[in-house]
Amino acid sequence: MAQKHRIPRETTPQTPQAAKTSTTATAPTAAQTTPIVSKQAAAAAKQQINSWDQVVRNLTNYYVDSTPQRTKLIDAFMAFLVVVGALQFLYCVLAGNYPFNAFLSGFSATVGQFVLTASLRIQTNEANKSDFPSVSPERAFADFVACSLILHFFCVNFIN
Amino acid sequence: MSANSVQVLANAGKGESTRTLLRVIILLLIAGAAIASRLFSVIRFESIIHEFDPWFNFRATRYLVAHGFYKFWDWFDDRTWHPLGRVTGGTLYPGLMVTSGAIYHALRALTIPVDIRNICVLLAPAFSGLTAYAAYLLTNEMTPSPSAGLLAAAFMGIAPGYISRSVAGSYDNEAIAIFLLVFTFYLWIKALKQGSMLWGALCALFYGYMVASWGGYAFITCLLPLHAFVLICMGRYSTRLYVSYTTWYALGTLASMQIPFVGFLPVKTSEHMPALGIFGFLQLLAFLDYVRSAIPSRQYQTFLWLFASGTFGLGLLVLVVATSAGVIAPWSGRFYSLWDTGYAKIHIPIIASVSEHQPTAWPAFFFDLNMLIWLFPAGVYLCFQQLADEHVFIVVYALFGSYFAGVMVRLMLTLTPVVCVAAAIAISNVLDTYLDARSPNPEDHQVDDVSDGTAKKAAKSGLKSTSKPVVGVYSTVSKSIVATAMTAYLLLFVLHCTWVTSNAYSSPSVVLASRLPDGSQHIIDDYREAYQWLRQNTREDAKIMSWWDYGYQIGGMADRPTLVDNNTWNNTHIATVGKAMSSREEVSYPIMRQHEVDYVLVVFGGLLGYSGDDINKFLWMVRIAEGIWPDEVKEREFFTPRGEYKVDADATETMKNSLMYKMSYYNYQSLFPPGQAQDRVRGVRLPDVGPTLNVLDEAFTSENWIIRIYKVKDLDNLGRDHASAAAFERGHKKKKANKKRVARLLRVD
Repeated sequence: MAQKHRIPRETTPQTPQAAKTSTTATAPTAAQTTPIVSKQAAAAAKQQINSWDQVVRNLTNYYVDSTPQRTKLIDAFMAFLVVVGALQFLYCVLAGNYPFNAFLSGFSATVGQFVLTASLRIQTNEANKSDFPSVSPERAFADFVACSLILHFFCVNFIN
Repeated sequence: MSANSVQVLANAGKGESTRTLLRVIILLLIAGAAIASRLFSVIRFESIIHEFDPWFNFRATRYLVAHGFYKFWDWFDDRTWHPLGRVTGGTLYPGLMVTSGAIYHALRALTIPVDIRNICVLLAPAFSGLTAYAAYLLTNEMTPSPSAGLLAAAFMGIAPGYISRSVAGSYDNEAIAIFLLVFTFYLWIKALKQGSMLWGALCALFYGYMVASWGGYAFITCLLPLHAFVLICMGRYSTRLYVSYTTWYALGTLASMQIPFVGFLPVKTSEHMPALGIFGFLQLLAFLDYVRSAIPSRQYQTFLWLFASGTFGLGLLVLVVATSAGVIAPWSGRFYSLWDTGYAKIHIPIIASVSEHQPTAWPAFFFDLNMLIWLFPAGVYLCFQQLADEHVFIVVYALFGSYFAGVMVRLMLTLTPVVCVAAAIAISNVLDTYLDARSPNPEDHQVDDVSDGTAKKAAKSGLKSTSKPVVGVYSTVSKSIVATAMTAYLLLFVLHCTWVTSNAYSSPSVVLASRLPDGSQHIIDDYREAYQWLRQNTREDAKIMSWWDYGYQIGGMADRPTLVDNNTWNNTHIATVGKAMSSREEVSYPIMRQHEVDYVLVVFGGLLGYSGDDINKFLWMVRIAEGIWPDEVKEREFFTPRGEYKVDADATETMKNSLMYKMSYYNYQSLFPPGQAQDRVRGVRLPDVGPTLNVLDEAFTSENWIIRIYKVKDLDNLGRDHASAAAFERGHKKKKANKKRVARLLRVD
């Protein structure tokens, strides 16, 4: 709900024409001077390229500055899972999927563990508190453990 | 007068604990009613397994109870699909059998000795009580009104659309699957609302149970992603959606793959791809959501559009390429027939031949759901009014379910829960409005307005329409009229449900009932008579050939090996039987010899007027056989030149020479005075001279001629073919006739 309202509100100050192509702060003026659509798109694309490294820089700054240490630990675990999953997938592509059971259970163990960890990360995030009125961080961790147990039970059972 | 007692009642209803107690009692009563209304068949007939598929489930359950779980899991059945056999343990949904096996052992442990048959017969009614409770929980998630849940439970308990598959004795997968369906939906809503991993995991576990129980689990597999997708499209992505959906998918998919029959399907077939696609899409969205919180919103919009559209396109491309390259199996035939109702008829006759796969006729909706069907849109409309995440689910489910219920009769079953929930929301809304004993007081509102301030009052006096009107029902008359009408409708609904249940859905179809002229009931028990005959008069391993409809019953009741059964996993084998039935004797005999057939069983309703017999199904046998041997079996040749399907004197030569025709009408004319032989199903008079059978001997014909069993003759001792051997047996007469004619000719010359 919140997101649905937020985006229109921010774009309404612009003129309707500008709002269509607004990408960065300078976009509206450029758009107003060039009425042809293809030119607009080209200009927008140029500015996007300029803004890309800015986006990435903002992102890394934000991450390094405002993430608690514990969350970073969770992130490291998630990165590890991504690497393991990617390796398994690569192996499957290169060396064949012969024990398909084993591949599937190994791969889905990493994927499942990844999403569970992501869920834990979301639920323990202070900013998301309002989304989860009934889930305290402790409860989130207990859920995480329970779900992981179920996940690995299925994986072990499926591995043949 | 009675004001005092009303006061007492009203006070009694106010306490929280009293309400809870009342609710529990009401729910128990509803469960009792749901169970009771399903017992018609047991009372009318007896505690017996119904129809076709339940016989297989019953046989499998007995096997499970007798041999234990591991044996059951690895069960290779060599008594069906002779000579191929069937890997039964790997090709069934074990949920139903394991459930009743568990109940059986639990009762044994409690020292209650109970026959496994009675557990099987009463499993469906017992689970219908639980379904009613699940509907109550689901509805309570939708609306704050406490009455809606109870109404939904009551509707769910007695709606004929659900009863049709869950009367006592209907021991089929749907018996427990509908409970699991509704309960999984409830858990999904709960998980979505709370954004809790644990509820998501519970949802996944019940989804796994559902997968273990019924092939219809694909309904959930498609509906939950659809709901998630609609929410995303409405701009309602939330972290709660991410948590609940990904937990459900990651655990649920793994759980579903534990069932051998499902195996790798969730990663290989297109039916399961939407769920996987939404799963991946949610990962992206979660990432984007995180990025959105990290960087300014304008930058974010660039990021979003490029990223989202790029990835979505890429994913679609991969899906298309993978499907065309054969990595992902193309959509299965049953799935196509859901979109194009004519598809199955053209391409896969075996699917189209099943009556429950036919498109639904319009009256069926009213027949199965009665007044719920017109309350259903009202309930959906009320969901639109509030439109929180869970209401979107009801709307999506309603659309999805209505479509599929329209396509296939059987899927009426999946529509029924949402109809019950929506109708309960509508009715409870009406009742809450009209049963409110207090009349709204306009003065209260005016006082409020005055206290708000004088400026407002001035504006109000100027423009009447700006003031909010006080909404409410003032007159007691209109209240009582509406309340009475609703009550009358509800009572009529109960009447209708009871009537439908007792008349349409409570027949075991193994035992038929008819009324004698004096009104008393007459039981026609030909099926069991014939199966009992097979059990007692044939060898243990005598192979029985029949059309696949009766395969499970022969296996369950007669305990004899069959060639084909209701599992229909091997179309060619079924076509072989179809060919044997629809060809001339000389063609059929080698086929039967090759398959070591000892007996042939046909169902014939001509004497009794029983319309579900093999002659009426015959065209399907022809079609299925034609699909494999288009040169040898031709459907056209079974129709008269005028395009009619006839069995009387006008029948085509192919028809008259087909084994099925001969077996059905063999010796039939001898029952009647000459020239009066009549087929009561087709309503035609038969020729005086009946068909002759050379390669088969009549072995058994049941009391009402419904089941006829023939023994396949052995090879002739003197090496003749059967036709000439039989001609020799009949010999003298024919020869004399020949001689006479020849002699006469000679004399004339």
